[in-house]
Amino acid sequence: MTRTTLYMLALTAGMFAVAPFIINAAPNEATMGLVYKIYFFHMPSAWMFLIAAITSGIASARFLFFKKQSADGWALAAAELAVLFGAFTLVSGPLWARKAWGVWWQWDPRLTSSLVLFLMFVAYLLLRRFGGPGSDKLGAGMAIFSIANVIFVYVSVNYWRTIHPPTSVVPTLPVEMGIPLWFCVTAFTLLFIVLLRLRARLEHQRARVEALFLAEES
Amino acid sequence: MRMLLMCAWLLIAPVMAHAQSQPPKDFVAVDETAPGEQIAAMPLIASAYGFIWVGVLVYVWSIGRRLQKVEGELAELESRKK
Repeated sequence: MTRTTLYMLALTAGMFAVAPFIINAAPNEATMGLVYKIYFFHMPSAWMFLIAAITSGIASARFLFFKKQSADGWALAAAELAVLFGAFTLVSGPLWARKAWGVWWQWDPRLTSSLVLFLMFVAYLLLRRFGGPGSDKLGAGMAIFSIANVIFVYVSVNYWRTIHPPTSVVPTLPVEMGIPLWFCVTAFTLLFIVLLRLRARLEHQRARVEALFLAEES
Repeated sequence: MRMLLMCAWLLIAPVMAHAQSQPPKDFVAVDETAPGEQIAAMPLIASAYGFIWVGVLVYVWSIGRRLQKVEGELAELESRKK
């Protein structure tokens, strides 16, 4: 682990330790009450979920079209993070919905497309784990295709009738709700960068081990 | 120096990002909520935050363990090569 990664990890841990106090100080929401505070971790998780999917797609395109072998490690690392942050989003969302909407789940465009994106990356990881030779290229194709779904997830709340809050909620938040939100977004962004660097390092070291084994055999 | 600048940016960014915010349209802040409503919401909030916290900790531990194993293998292979 490099010193920069270590400092970033310490800073992220510090921000996550402080976050509950900042969130606790935020006011309640008029119609949803206290339960809306799930938003401060739900929304950043959802953003990191989409950013991880885009990162995986871009890295896969570099691997597939420009033959950058190291990009495959970044793609796999980002795909694993897409599953992690996707799980956070898909668990925290229904917990919020149970109180705010009265149901755990609605088959509306935002929720359904998010679930599909999550399942795409679960399929990607299964393919990479058990797919055998050629699974890297097939997986890269899947990750590139997932970018189209990311766009769909993002715009779905603005174009279709849905009970999920639209994207306009973020810029219209009152300052006392906006500060904890942007604090959490910063903490989650740092967490994403640290985890991506660590996970990609793991993949690159694995590639080195494999190359050394092959060199030893030949 | 770079770390210092980055820390300063991370502290200022949330405030700056919200400096140009518009008046509320969708989410409206209130000071008080009915006591009964708070009790019902708490287990849901605790579950959401707890799941994310535990998930992050388990994942960081999992990466650390896998990285340690691979770097051990790498060190062994490199020493054998020499």
